[in-house]
Amino acid sequence: MSTVLKPKPMMKARGARTEGPSAWMVVPALVFFVTFAVVPLLGVVFLSFTNWNGLGAITWAGLESWQTALTDSVTMNALVVTLKIMVFSLLVQVPISLLLGVFTAGGQRYRAVLAVLYFVPLLLSSAAVAIAFKALLDPNFGMGPGLGIPALAQNWLGNPDLVLFVVIFVIAWQFVPFHTLIYQGGVRQIPASFYEAAQIDGAGRMQQFFHITLPQLKYTIITSSTLMVLGSLAYFDLIFILTAGGPGYATRLLPLHMYLTGFRANDMGAASALGVILVVIGLGLALILQRLGGRNRSASQLEGA
Amino acid sequence: MTMRTRTSLISAASAITLALSLSACGSSGPSDPTANTESPSMWALTGSSEDIFRSSVERWNEENPDDSINQEFFANDAYKTKVRTAVGAGEGPTFIYGWGGGVLKSYVDAGHVSELDQFLADNPDVKDRYIPSVLENGVIDGKTYALPNNNMQPVVLYYNKELFEQIGAEPPETWEELMALVPQFNDAGIAPFALAGQSKWPNLMWLSYLVDRIGGPEVFQSILDGEEDAWSDPAVIEALTKIQELVDADGFVNGFSSIAADAGADSALLYTDRAAMMLHGGWVYQNLKNDAPEFVESDAVGFVPFPAVEGGEGDPENVVGNPANMWSLSTDATDEQRDAALNYLKDGLFSEEYTQAMIDSGAVPAVNGIEDQLAASEDKDFVEFVYGLAQDAPSFQLSWDQALSPAQGDAMLANLDQIFIGQITPEQFAENMNATLGE
Repeated sequence: MSTVLKPKPMMKARGARTEGPSAWMVVPALVFFVTFAVVPLLGVVFLSFTNWNGLGAITWAGLESWQTALTDSVTMNALVVTLKIMVFSLLVQVPISLLLGVFTAGGQRYRAVLAVLYFVPLLLSSAAVAIAFKALLDPNFGMGPGLGIPALAQNWLGNPDLVLFVVIFVIAWQFVPFHTLIYQGGVRQIPASFYEAAQIDGAGRMQQFFHITLPQLKYTIITSSTLMVLGSLAYFDLIFILTAGGPGYATRLLPLHMYLTGFRANDMGAASALGVILVVIGLGLALILQRLGGRNRSASQLEGA
Repeated sequence: MTMRTRTSLISAASAITLALSLSACGSSGPSDPTANTESPSMWALTGSSEDIFRSSVERWNEENPDDSINQEFFANDAYKTKVRTAVGAGEGPTFIYGWGGGVLKSYVDAGHVSELDQFLADNPDVKDRYIPSVLENGVIDGKTYALPNNNMQPVVLYYNKELFEQIGAEPPETWEELMALVPQFNDAGIAPFALAGQSKWPNLMWLSYLVDRIGGPEVFQSILDGEEDAWSDPAVIEALTKIQELVDADGFVNGFSSIAADAGADSALLYTDRAAMMLHGGWVYQNLKNDAPEFVESDAVGFVPFPAVEGGEGDPENVVGNPANMWSLSTDATDEQRDAALNYLKDGLFSEEYTQAMIDSGAVPAVNGIEDQLAASEDKDFVEFVYGLAQDAPSFQLSWDQALSPAQGDAMLANLDQIFIGQITPEQFAENMNATLGE
């Protein structure tokens, strides 16, 4: 972006054409994006100013739904729960998947075998994961009594202080392999010459990790964190099946709150307002994370390699 | 706007679209490509009455090829969401399976279900076959919009006879006796009550019965009518207090709020001798027959009405539960679909085989004149108990979560969940729920 492209004379003669492939190539993607993302989004924005129970006539309600959605203590609670899940997911998943990614990037054969085994959760759908964990965590017929270990027979999904961490654990169990895969790829792209040079200069393993691996993984960390943060705004299926937002409102995060408001309580107006809030938060967070990438995104990290 | 912010905006937008689309899910598509789209469609529920619905329609389609019906089955929770969306979009099935109450009223208000009064006037036999108090459940503003299609499902107190023998106790007839049993069972290392707290709706059975016993059916009626501060009625507060006392006395099995009803983990506690009692709907007996036949055959399962509360105003003969499930006919159906559907309601529904199959499954159909068949049933004790309970009940209250509007029902279940786990006080419950009145 820093260099100004000089238009070819032939292009100049034809008019305001720019370098590169034709802009028409964006049309198929744009059509899909507009049909399935922008139009529904506008519909949701419209619905958020109306009253609709999903059956009868849609009536104009002005800011009523927004007022309900923003002043409702359940919404505030849902925001806090979403934030908690987001922060704890990051704190738990980033270090684990980073270390595992570095570990599995090693060329040794046993590491490759372990990596393959470790990626198995990626093959399971969220619904299957949730149903399996729900059965395992049953205090009477689950893994605690099954294995004869009373410490595992806790009120995992029914204790409001415990349940959030159980949810974060299950999310991590499902998604850490995915992020490990991203980091593995990132680590493998770091040129070996960096490490060789560092070794000649007398750098130890820890120094190599902190001064070469970590800085080189900067964009991998941003990509993976963006997926984690936006993913936690969209966590729905897993939590819906595992806890349905309970006990009480303890795990009712924003997307779940939106669904239950729309399809259980049949208040489409308030649910649409929540949907808009969700999109705004998501866009804001995605922008911030993209910004974190720094001003000089197009500069190569491999200069001198 | 600079190039960079535009790119990052687009990538941010595509990232969020991706993330959101990952969570979007749905299922669609025709179930039977060969089926005639002109014939009426029927959506029913999997579970206790599934076999009866299935064989009834199969028999009907064989005998009446001109009026054949397309049938599809759905799981309970998924169905409730799907059917509402479909009906709202004018794509609903000809036969809509329902519970009466608040949801039926919202269909009626939006003009999505047909009035059946003319049909009932033309076919008095149909009207006469039903128990009036159950038929009443399909009446909205004086007009009939739904006809019962299965069994009466009052909530009863199931108990494990062997465990009661073991500690030498009798099933409770009053709340005081019930509370006295709690320490006895706990001392013997047996959980007094099984409860699937994670599913939330089983909690409601306790509240509905206690409020009815303490204050009578009028208390819930004023809630239903949306009277101001109706949830602050002393009967509601006392019922919630009693529930928390029972929880604090370890009345419910350890970790009850982690137990889900859909997998039957609560009934399993009862038949594996880990819990002595369970308050649950009439359909549990049918499930027990499937899941634990030896438990039912050895006559180890007992059942009594919900205990009376000393000094309470409610009649101890009142019951709560689901009077029956119902068929409504969609107004989106074509005339041919509608005529075929009415023929089925007249001749197919509650035919002799239908009624008999239902009784054989351990259920009590919501129809008159079945005393002889019930007496001949292998589940005579249970079916006659349920029949008597429903027949003699001065009031048969529909489950509150169905009777109330969906918005109130949802808030009530979440708040009640918090009562059971001790997160809020009865007064806070009343305050939260009063705010939803009229929604």
